[in-house]
Amino acid sequence: MSGEQPLVRARGLVKRFGDFVAVDGIDIDVAPGEAFGFLGPNGAGKSSTMRMISCVSMPSAGELRIFGLDPVREGPRIRGRLGVCPQLDNLDPDLTVRENLTTYARYFGLSRAQARARAEELLEFAQLSDRALSRVEPLSGGMKRRLTIARAMVNEPDLVLLDEPTTGLDPQARHLLWERLFRLKQRGVTLVLTTHYMDEAEQLCDRLVVMDGGRIVAEGSPRSLIEAHSSPEVVEVRFGGRELADFVAPLAGIGDRVDVLPDRILVYAKDGDAAVSEVHRRGLVPSSVLVRRSSLEDVFLHLTGRTLVE
Amino acid sequence: MAHPTVAVLERHLTLYKRLWRASLFSSFVLPVLFLASIGLGVGGYVGEVGGVPYVEWIVPGVLASTAFQMAVGECTYAVFGEFRWNRGAHAMFATRVSVWDMIGGWLLYIVFRVEIAVVVFLLVVGAFGVLSSPWVVLTPLVAALLALAVAAPVTAFSATIDHDSYFALLFRFVMLPSTLFAGVFFPVEQLPALVRPVAYVSPLWHGVELARAATSGAAPPWPVWAHAGCLVAFAAGGLWWAGYAFRKRLQD
Ligand SMILES: Nc1ncnc2c1ncn2[C@@H]1O[C@H](COP(=O)(O)OP(=O)(O)OP(=O)(O)O)[C@@H](O)[C@H]1O
Ligand SMILES: [Mg+2]
Repeated sequence: MSGEQPLVRARGLVKRFGDFVAVDGIDIDVAPGEAFGFLGPNGAGKSSTMRMISCVSMPSAGELRIFGLDPVREGPRIRGRLGVCPQLDNLDPDLTVRENLTTYARYFGLSRAQARARAEELLEFAQLSDRALSRVEPLSGGMKRRLTIARAMVNEPDLVLLDEPTTGLDPQARHLLWERLFRLKQRGVTLVLTTHYMDEAEQLCDRLVVMDGGRIVAEGSPRSLIEAHSSPEVVEVRFGGRELADFVAPLAGIGDRVDVLPDRILVYAKDGDAAVSEVHRRGLVPSSVLVRRSSLEDVFLHLTGRTLVE
Repeated sequence: MAHPTVAVLERHLTLYKRLWRASLFSSFVLPVLFLASIGLGVGGYVGEVGGVPYVEWIVPGVLASTAFQMAVGECTYAVFGEFRWNRGAHAMFATRVSVWDMIGGWLLYIVFRVEIAVVVFLLVVGAFGVLSSPWVVLTPLVAALLALAVAAPVTAFSATIDHDSYFALLFRFVMLPSTLFAGVFFPVEQLPALVRPVAYVSPLWHGVELARAATSGAAPPWPVWAHAGCLVAFAAGGLWWAGYAFRKRLQD
């Protein structure tokens, strides 16, 4: 494979379900070795896009090439080189943890001996070696997720697709998964993932697109998106239970911009501390003040007027 | 490199490894119970049918009916669940496995299951001395053809329906009539002419007649190629339907 050819290339990609347009003409290029993310709220069209890239769902319109191949005609050939972790786990509940891996390996054409060896490695990778003979059902959510990701690695894929790999997991389980995914990334595996966690996107993605309503509303590295669409720092100001709209006018002019959320007001500023001093100088008495670095959450809020996780 | 169809078959066999004992036992018990009760008990009242003792006459019918019920039974909830409950079909489809590999591997597994039951059945009834023709060696072939003719459309049906309550319709309006009017327990000629076509469109009837021809050595009512042709048509139609249904479910 040539280094220049993108692993995924989409132009004007559309997915319709009846009259409903779930993906509304998106362009993407994913380069080899890259960790590429789709960030967006519920219903943005992330999974619909991922399923098209996985070559299981057919595009309604537009052009899609995976490894330079056409998913409509070369489905099995492309899928043989992909590793897919779907949004909902679809592990085989009738098989054991190890059998889930060996069976899957056989689907990709590994010999029985290769399948067994690969399963051992992946059990190690997923920290499930001691559960190898267990059925899938009694595993915790985090264990199932790790097994699903391990299963996606069974064919040593050129491209790994992860749809919300850590949604629903507790912080510890998420960090463990992030660490595993980071290892894959370091090995040069190309990752495409979706998430509605900005910290996940910041941790794992070299480049990402922000999706909303089936469209791409911004694209770039986490840093560049923050630089382009937000200020370096954000001051979160709360006023107890009082009507926040009343504070918009008194705060006007502080920092670059002010956004009112249901429970707090965000003041975007180059220098957060200076903005806080200005708030106090104007005689305002917030119940709490927090200065933090700007994040993708703020980018999203700015681009769509909505928060990522409701 | 193993063909993906083989890998799919292997997955089903992995599961079978856990239940083969129970499954083999029931394959063995069924013909014994049947011979003891219906064959010898009822046979005493019925006497001969078409010049052969009732037991000998009914054995191939029950054998075909066993294959038929197994093919239907295995291809309902198990297939439905792979699409609806655990999405195992979707997991398989995310690999090098194609829709035809999935269907092929599955049907091979069903044929395998049916063959085991049929061979055990033949061994048991053979021990009672009710198999008289050397053509009996073709019975497993008939059973395989019948299994495909039934399993393919039922698998397609199970992949198509949106709710498992449709299986009640399948059992009541397809399974039951085709079992009753398929020449298993009495010759189809005894049915009123109006009802006889029910038998002609039932794959089971064709299977029963071919199986009876094999175990008795007598010619079936229709030419062998006509019976076999009907079964092949059912299998081919079922395959086409299954391919369509699987693709529709998996590529939404
Ligand atoms: N098979 C389908 N039939 C009809 N509508 C669908 C189907 N799949 C998805 N949709 C609709 O398409 C839109 C986008 O769904 P999609 O699953 O791609 O969103 P998402 O970004 O992955 O959301 P989430 O964060 O909740 O997973 C939603 O409005 C959804 O209801
Ligand atoms: Mg989704």
